[in-house]
Amino acid sequence: MMASNYSVQRATPLSHAAGAVGALLVLVAASLPFWGESSWMREFVEIGCYFIFAMMWNLLAGYGGMVSIGQQAFFGFGGYVMLMLGNFAGINPFVAVVLGALAAGLVAVPVSFVAFRLSGGYFAIGTWVIAEVFRLSFANVSAVGGGSGTTLTALRGIERATRESVTYWMALGCVVAAIALVYLFLRGKRGLALLAIRDNEVAAESQGIAVRQTKLAVYVVAAFGAGLAGALYFVGNLRISPDAAFSVNWSAFAIFMVVIGGIGRIEGPIVGALVFWALNKFFSDYGTWYLLGLGLLAIVVTLFFRQGLWGYAQQRWGWSLFPTQRRLVLMPDATATAARRPLPAAQHTDLTLHPSHAKHQ
Amino acid sequence: MSDSLLQVRGLEAFYGDAQALFGMDFELAKGELVAVIGANGAGKSTLLKSLTGLVRVPRETVRWKGEAIGGLAPGEIVRKGLAMVPEGRRLFPSLSVEENLLAGSLARRAGPWNLSRLYRMFPILQEKRHQPGTSLSGGQQQMVALGRALMSNPEALLCDELSLGLAPIVIREIYAAMPQITAEGMSVVIVEQDVSLAQRVSRRLYCLQEGRVSLQGECTSLSREQISRAYFGME
Amino acid sequence: MIETLLQGVLLGGLYTLFALGQSLMFGVMRLTNTAQGDFIVLAAFAVIAAQAGVGGSAWLAVLAVLPLAFAGGYALQRFVLNGTLGKDPLPSLVVTFGLAVVIQNLLLQLFSADPRSIETGGFNIQGLQLGESLSVGALPLAILGVALAATAALQWLFGATSLGRAFRAVSDDAEIAGLMGLDARKLYALATAIAFVLIAIAGALQGMRTTVAPSDGPLLLLFAFEAVIIGGMGSFWGTLAGAMILGITQQIGFRLDPGWGIWFGHIVFLAVLVLRPQGLFPKTR
Repeated sequence: MMASNYSVQRATPLSHAAGAVGALLVLVAASLPFWGESSWMREFVEIGCYFIFAMMWNLLAGYGGMVSIGQQAFFGFGGYVMLMLGNFAGINPFVAVVLGALAAGLVAVPVSFVAFRLSGGYFAIGTWVIAEVFRLSFANVSAVGGGSGTTLTALRGIERATRESVTYWMALGCVVAAIALVYLFLRGKRGLALLAIRDNEVAAESQGIAVRQTKLAVYVVAAFGAGLAGALYFVGNLRISPDAAFSVNWSAFAIFMVVIGGIGRIEGPIVGALVFWALNKFFSDYGTWYLLGLGLLAIVVTLFFRQGLWGYAQQRWGWSLFPTQRRLVLMPDATATAARRPLPAAQHTDLTLHPSHAKHQ
Repeated sequence: MSDSLLQVRGLEAFYGDAQALFGMDFELAKGELVAVIGANGAGKSTLLKSLTGLVRVPRETVRWKGEAIGGLAPGEIVRKGLAMVPEGRRLFPSLSVEENLLAGSLARRAGPWNLSRLYRMFPILQEKRHQPGTSLSGGQQQMVALGRALMSNPEALLCDELSLGLAPIVIREIYAAMPQITAEGMSVVIVEQDVSLAQRVSRRLYCLQEGRVSLQGECTSLSREQISRAYFGME
Repeated sequence: MIETLLQGVLLGGLYTLFALGQSLMFGVMRLTNTAQGDFIVLAAFAVIAAQAGVGGSAWLAVLAVLPLAFAGGYALQRFVLNGTLGKDPLPSLVVTFGLAVVIQNLLLQLFSADPRSIETGGFNIQGLQLGESLSVGALPLAILGVALAATAALQWLFGATSLGRAFRAVSDDAEIAGLMGLDARKLYALATAIAFVLIAIAGALQGMRTTVAPSDGPLLLLFAFEAVIIGGMGSFWGTLAGAMILGITQQIGFRLDPGWGIWFGHIVFLAVLVLRPQGLFPKTR
């Protein structure tokens, strides 16, 4: 056997540069309330919510291998818990946002007992049914306005400019936190475990990976994130209703953003959210034609660009901003015994976190 | 050779980027029973899959009765008279024994093999014909798989590890049917890991090692030692 | 109580028709068609449009739509959905989801959001007396009849014909089926074509029984899906049973409180999922 040294490379020069640029962007963004218009801040909050929701959906589907069209259950749940804590328990709504997210994460545990009974496409629809149960349930609770919803009264006393600035900073903080959370989760052992589980569950189990616990962990984290996005959205929106909170459109938009941007990659949802925001800005006036176009675009991208736009770029040009890939660089030992088929000078094994469906062309 | 049924020249096969066969030559004549032996991963199954279209290979590398058939659809190849008993049986779980056999008759050609003849050869199958295919024992399933391939009345039958996972007595029972199969001139290729079995049953053998033919020849002219060396890849 | 049960069974008949197509597509190629409900609505609107074309006769309109549905289903599977099949459920989910969005918005564009229905010349209000206090609608009864016939026909197709054998073989092991000369891609397309005929029938009957609107699709999908899961996968009679149970459950829920009917159905579905995830009448595979 050849004795060789190896090192695990994570970052690429591009990602280092991007990291610096990212930090700079966050600083610039944080100063926005001092020089920007309030409509920009509101838009950012909205798009931030879409993005966090999409990123969490991406974590669940692309990495966890669980495709769900019912994450809006947690989105709405987070929103309603935030509202109830704010309106009835007198808790500061901004604090209630985090509590709402935690509540969503907690409720995901019993929900998983039901949802995990299914798999594949039927898991997806099953989660939708669960979301419908949430919707119908809240629509029958008169304390929160039943079917027509209610308003967040807890922020009434605060001056508008302050409220908008704080909401904006909160959104910015949540976006950064969500990115960091997902990035660190995937970079660690859990990330590798997820990859193993997604590729072959039985084999992963036999290697000592706690499959069920890992899947549950991902599901809970994704629910937490969805709840965070939901609570944040309704702090910004001030008005909640079951149809808005639990609409399947949330999942549809998340799917769209992730599919366009590329599933299974952290940068994907960012690209997807930007594309979505741009399309929204320029074409949403066209109403049904706009939505129709989105649907067609999602179909075309899925059929012909399986890896999404960012995935395509990554495949083609090797771009990577968030280095969760691991490149094994083998340095052959100079005194190795002669092998029958000598290895080339440097052999790279790219353990990039490709989602399984990327192989099925 | 004028009775050469199957001619393979320079066959290379890949699974994605991984190369499994590195330029193999292989020949099967009419009425012959040829064995292909080798360790796990040597490329035996890949060879059979390349012949039957389950693995795509360049058109010219496989010739059947003079016609280039490499990379054609499996269904087309079966219709030309080349059938396979796949590794691991792979019966259809939703189909009964009889339905599994009938499934093989879709690409049916003219010939002596039909349900009643199969039931005569393996009476236990007639007894269990309405049971789900996968509820049978391993050996019985192998009989069904063999029968299913015969139903298309092929001219050459490729058998991938018939003995896999079976007890010796069952293996004997299955191979005891071989003479009935070859009696009317059907050519057979058997792929086996068990060298002595292969030598007993066939006249000619190929030994594969890491995707290449490491030894070939008449069984009687090859010594034990020669075969071992070729099997394990020792120079 | 008898009346509730009866209404539930009749409703179940309709749900059976919603669910059979889904069961068929999933059974043959493991494809989850999230646009199932929207295709049903599309079919209903197609009949409405055809009705205007053939001068008022609903039955002629339905007859005109059926072959279109068959061809449409075949083409959709052959040229679009076949490309999404594989180990990963995401592509087929996204594509069918995308189709759902496209259909809903297309219908909104062409027909506006107003609910419409198919004119049956009074057939939909005809009733039959059963004994002293019970009467059933002629149309719901007819729907039940169609559902039973369709289920029996599918079961027969799969169990006793060589096409059914081919479907089962290709669903079990497409690679080996290919070795036997079966072309998986064409068989999948044929399965979807048949499923779409069922969808067209379901849509037509739904449009006659009640109104249809472009946004109705998702709810119909959920009913179809719940019926399949409650009944258990692998058998069409199972799907029928599941649909019946769902129909009865919803009717009981409606009785208790009009707002809780559908919710009750969802809850029973979830309960079955927790207590007996393989469904009530699954066929072991």
